[in-house]
Amino acid sequence: MLLRTAWRRAAAAVRAAPGPRSEAPARGLRLRVVDNAPQSAVPSDTATALEVESVLRPLYMDVQATTPLDPRVLDAMLPYLVNYYGNPHSRTHAYGWESEAAMERARQQVASLIGADPREIIFTSGATESNNIAVKELEAAIQPDTSLVSVMTVNNEIGVKQPIAEIGQICSSRRVYFHTDAAQAVGKIPLDVNDMKIDLMSISGHKIYGPKGVGAIYIRRRPRVRVEALQSGGGQERGMRSGTVPTPLVVGLGAACEVAQQEMEYDHKWISKLAERLTKKIMNSLPDVVMNGDPEHHYPGCINLSFAYVEGESLLMALKDVALSSGSACTSASLEPSYVLRAIGTDEDLAHSSIRFGIGRFTTEEEVDYTVEKCIHHVKRLREMSPLWEMVQDGIDLKSIKWTQH
Amino acid sequence: MAAAGAGRLRRAASALLLRSPRVPARELSAPARLYHKKVVDHYENPRNVGSLDKTSKNVGTGLVGAPACGDVMKLQIQVDEQGKIVDARFKTFGCGSAIASSSLATEWVKGKTVEEALTIKNTDIAKELCLPPVKLHCSKSVLFPVKVKLLPR
Repeated sequence: MLLRTAWRRAAAAVRAAPGPRSEAPARGLRLRVVDNAPQSAVPSDTATALEVESVLRPLYMDVQATTPLDPRVLDAMLPYLVNYYGNPHSRTHAYGWESEAAMERARQQVASLIGADPREIIFTSGATESNNIAVKELEAAIQPDTSLVSVMTVNNEIGVKQPIAEIGQICSSRRVYFHTDAAQAVGKIPLDVNDMKIDLMSISGHKIYGPKGVGAIYIRRRPRVRVEALQSGGGQERGMRSGTVPTPLVVGLGAACEVAQQEMEYDHKWISKLAERLTKKIMNSLPDVVMNGDPEHHYPGCINLSFAYVEGESLLMALKDVALSSGSACTSASLEPSYVLRAIGTDEDLAHSSIRFGIGRFTTEEEVDYTVEKCIHHVKRLREMSPLWEMVQDGIDLKSIKWTQH
Repeated sequence: MAAAGAGRLRRAASALLLRSPRVPARELSAPARLYHKKVVDHYENPRNVGSLDKTSKNVGTGLVGAPACGDVMKLQIQVDEQGKIVDARFKTFGCGSAIASSSLATEWVKGKTVEEALTIKNTDIAKELCLPPVKLHCSKSVLFPVKVKLLPR
């Protein structure tokens, strides 16, 4: 909180100062944080020996990759990390009993967020493990002619919402199992496994302001969906996922779900407002910007924009004081354009020019305004450096050119 | 000399760019996001961004790459009667390393003669900018307009 206030002051000072365009904004963010006076973070020249020069961290606009812990979640978890450290499967003493009670409370919290029965929630290490249990192991289940439909609820790259209820209806009428990866959707849009006829659902802790390393899989009981366990061992979690359930983590997941249930409507309003602010400002200030994804069936917190004639990675480098993503984090090691953008038919050059802005529960108006301002400034600069922009300004149709190589 | 030179410049520029072997950039090596400050410096304090008069007889223009690959570089060189490069400009659509490579190339070739500029290797550019292995192809493509233009015919 203090650092953010200090940053705002510093950023305001940088913005107000007239100067050549080469005044790199990041330099204005360098503050001296005095070690022994945590109440004051004002830049000062009278440096003491205890003064620690620290560089402020970038703004966080990448909530699809991961989210910070909600302080209320940390509050819920802390006792189980420090004091109530029993194994929830220990049956013979109070440590075990209290951990087990906490685990079951968390299970109830997760279940109530999605309209399920607590007996249908199995804790896992994350949505990836849940996906594997659902998809891989269902193939090996009893009926050989079982088929499975698996669809993402909200896409993590472009924020598109799939018509889950309609798909569920179709699957149920054809007696086909329906799995959905709801990692980006749980706690953000209303979900009900019974209304939407969902048989299996993957849940991720760290996408909803909960801890990393924990998730859950919802497995329908009526009619019973049978899955095989991925990992075998002591038979915990009804034999579907052996291994000691990590009490602090699941308590965190439960708390995150409960907070999300209470705050869903408010968060949605706040995020929609910020998203509209960001998109409107950028689109009104820059020509040739395309928003990827269906504008109607869209989760507002995930905005994927393509800035024509500017390459995405160079824009990310330019926006170095904002944490953003170009394409999904899963493919960040490779330099291939996003497969999602390719699948929706985006031109390849626009696919290379896309940036994903993530807006979450804790994003502020100032952060959005700052990001928008820097984005507009750097897109203009990069377009000045771009041979494609130059050709377009000269009236050349880029599609008519035979490019030299691939 | 002027007419032949202009034609040579043009042919040279284009031919060079065609020879660049593109490295498939799929290696899961060092993340490209950890930009070296030299790469960032070339973006924040750009050298030689712009255009020369492409119709001039002393100016050679090379354009390499494709928007679909996420990499297009345009390099222009102005050569005087003695074959010395007096000016160079670049424009790049590409990642930070590509921008820095082209910027550095224009810096290095200025003031050099044909023979001297021919000795520049892409590995020199990559070393100067501390480019990770996955970004080597950026430095490769940049040098071709320079090299081709300067090959004696």
